[in-house]
Amino acid sequence: MRRLIVLIIFAFAALSNAEEIKLNAEGEQRVKALAHELRCLVCQNQTIADSNADLAIDLRTQIREQIQAGETDAQIKDYMVARYGDFVLYRPPVQSNTVLLWIAPFLLLVGGIAFLFWQLSKRRKLVAEQPFTPDDIQRADALLENSATNEISNKKT
Amino acid sequence: MGKFLIPLGIFGVLAIFLGRGLSLDPKEIPSPLIDKPAPVFSLSQLDKPSEMIGTEQLRGQVWILNVWASWCVACRDEHPVLVEFSKTNAVPIYGLNYKDKREPAMNWLQQLGNPYTASIFDENGRVGIDFGVYGVPETFVIDKQGVIRYKKTGPVTQETIQTKILPLVKKLQG
Repeated sequence: MRRLIVLIIFAFAALSNAEEIKLNAEGEQRVKALAHELRCLVCQNQTIADSNADLAIDLRTQIREQIQAGETDAQIKDYMVARYGDFVLYRPPVQSNTVLLWIAPFLLLVGGIAFLFWQLSKRRKLVAEQPFTPDDIQRADALLENSATNEISNKKT
Repeated sequence: MGKFLIPLGIFGVLAIFLGRGLSLDPKEIPSPLIDKPAPVFSLSQLDKPSEMIGTEQLRGQVWILNVWASWCVACRDEHPVLVEFSKTNAVPIYGLNYKDKREPAMNWLQQLGNPYTASIFDENGRVGIDFGVYGVPETFVIDKQGVIRYKKTGPVTQETIQTKILPLVKKLQG
């Protein structure tokens, strides 16, 4: 029984490797890195490294073949972009139509800080705009004095 | 009053953006191949393994490339529309039989009708990748110079043919 299970496992392992090209350690590293940079178009929020969709497997095979053929990483990415568009890149490139995407967070940050300072200065003005009039001060003094004399008189009795 | 206008304004802007998001299809990815020369290929025909068919032979005419497979469920929905369209003889339709096996593919055509002038047999899906195929069925309109002028991802409907494909084909045939 155990032998049978082992056999089945090996059969599957052989199957899954059948179409894969063997690369050296550095090549494997590059396949992995590239696969993490490319979007699977079938399951759009996964990279082709994470996806087991048929197309993702095919594209991984493509990467392998091209690495074996001596293509550079940039050439392989260009190959994918030429067929599937910028969408295939998991990290959007900085170019004229993605500028807003890249700078929007910074614009929001700067805008937020500006808004904060504007609010704070408005509040400061509100406080500063109501100074005590001489009358107010006199009244306050009178009240304080009163309470002081009251205390003294209280103590005396 | 102003206090109410601000959240109302924010709500309005959000509603517009979210509403727009609802009407967009995230599956629809603009193809970089539009207005570019169709990829060069040379593959055997589905029913005649010894006969090759390639980009060069198809040049000089307006033609439609329809990517299909016998395992593709949506292709089954699309198929009657194509069969009907092919009867008008408006434009030759070539099939790209994508990642399929010869036998089930040929059975499929026998059962459901064959709208294709010829079917190109792309067993390993390599030509499919060159065409940027990611969701079968896909349909391309290619002009006399071999330039891709239109792409539709997903099943072609009667409406797509009448409003998009046919007017474009007529214009290109000019």
